[in-house]
Amino acid sequence: MVPALHVQGLRKVYGNGFEALKGIDLTVEQGDFFALLGPNGAGKSTTLGILSGLVQKTSGTAEVMGCDVNADSFGARLNLGVVPQEFNFNQFEKVEDIVVTQAGYFGLRAAEARVRAEYLLKALDLWDKRNEASRMLSGGMKRRLMIARALIHQPKVLILDEPTAGVDIELRRSMWDFMKELNESGTTIILTTHYLEEAEQLCRNIAIINKGEIVRSTSVRSLLAQMHAETFVLDLQSPLVDGFVLPGVESRLVSADCLEVVVQEGQAINEVFVKLSQAGIGVRSMRPKANRLEELFVNLVRGGAA
Amino acid sequence: MTQAQIQWVALTTIVAKEIRRFMRIWQQTLVPPAITMSLYFVIFGNLIGPRIGEMHGVDYMSFIVPGLIMMSVITNAYGNVASSFFSNKFQKSVEELMVAPVHPLTILAGFIAGGVARGVCVGVIVTLLSLYFTSLEIHHLLIVVGIVVLSAVLFSLGGFINAVHARKFDDISIIPTFVITPLTYLGGVFYSIDLLPQHWQWLSQLNPILYMVNTFRYGILGVSDVGVGISFLMMFVFIVLLGGYSVFLLKRGTGMRQ
Repeated sequence: MVPALHVQGLRKVYGNGFEALKGIDLTVEQGDFFALLGPNGAGKSTTLGILSGLVQKTSGTAEVMGCDVNADSFGARLNLGVVPQEFNFNQFEKVEDIVVTQAGYFGLRAAEARVRAEYLLKALDLWDKRNEASRMLSGGMKRRLMIARALIHQPKVLILDEPTAGVDIELRRSMWDFMKELNESGTTIILTTHYLEEAEQLCRNIAIINKGEIVRSTSVRSLLAQMHAETFVLDLQSPLVDGFVLPGVESRLVSADCLEVVVQEGQAINEVFVKLSQAGIGVRSMRPKANRLEELFVNLVRGGAA
Repeated sequence: MTQAQIQWVALTTIVAKEIRRFMRIWQQTLVPPAITMSLYFVIFGNLIGPRIGEMHGVDYMSFIVPGLIMMSVITNAYGNVASSFFSNKFQKSVEELMVAPVHPLTILAGFIAGGVARGVCVGVIVTLLSLYFTSLEIHHLLIVVGIVVLSAVLFSLGGFINAVHARKFDDISIIPTFVITPLTYLGGVFYSIDLLPQHWQWLSQLNPILYMVNTFRYGILGVSDVGVGISFLMMFVFIVLLGGYSVFLLKRGTGMRQ
């Protein structure tokens, strides 16, 4: 079975001499839910741009479902759906027309396209807005419109470049459910996001790109297993005096009633609670300081150990 | 579905979208040329025309009508493609086409057909309006249709190239203002070049719009300042040159692909 995506030695140097990609290698298997993470300017959008035909590569190869994006651009494009980061539809066109027109670009006749557009607009909760000009939609609706448009030709691979940016929490979760269902139905999804919780929740495999290079490409599970320590924030029942130190545990008093504790790899969190009880400290609530993946991500892009 | 079928559906989709666009904003695309040309008919044809008398053996109103129809066709064909394609670039909706399996030739043909559709549509409106002021008897229908379509194609290609190179909205009005309008007014719409001194006649013959206007006039009135054959030959050559350059720009992704 050919991989959904195969990139080898991919390099991009822009006209101003900036080397956005320094010869990256990447493989995404069919059916995967894959996250491509990296800080701003790391090369994520350039990579996705080359795959979708919007950016011209300098060297290397990129294939979608075994079709080279240059030598067999038609095959590659038929297999690919793209949801870009920026809104890129005609602001004056009606919602349904945008989706149906895109279907026409992929060879779907209007009658068939309208049936499919109805299904997608209903699934993405946009059916009531189908006759409105796209500029009248809210930010979240515009994002969903781009998803509907990208799926109209039933691509085998879907690229989502920050699909939930600016979307409220409730809507984000419903979009996650939609993406999960889509992936379960066999669509390979490649996601970039700044919400690392999103990547942890949805994705099985992950690549972290920084300064045009892939610094790690592995499964989310094995990446999380590499965590050596995790920091928790504890809200205390009663205030502590300044300079308090919890014996045997790496800790830091953030404020009188807020304590940060670091749980090392192999250490049970119960040990921390035993020590807190022994010191007579009651805990009202507890939360991780940062998303687990976020901590690893920050370490990796800073060049440190996870 | 075969590659050819995909291209055909994509082409009809682009054409339908383009027609939908200029019909949606008919107040900006269809009404202004109708008003402008009506004023030309009233002022130049009705008020000034009788004092000028005949030109090439026909009354002045009948003489200027073909030129004004052709002027409407070429400016609207050019303007449609220039503004539509630039607007697609500006809003980034051109990316919808770039990520789809649409051949550059299909994209070009779709936008050009949209330009021709608007040019012909405005041409028909202006022709119908002219019937209120004069009677038109078509001398050679095939030449009329042929020259209208070829002129609209040629100027649509011009509009496309302008839009590809344009970086801001101002850039798509420079060519119409400084090139097309002067060439149109000097292209024998309002006079026969026989009236000009010899050296100006020679210079006028370098103006491609003179050939379009006169060939169209020949199709309607049967009179012309230039040879019909050379006009069609020139049109074909220019269409091939501009068409080839447009496909080159699309394949290269100039102004669209980084």
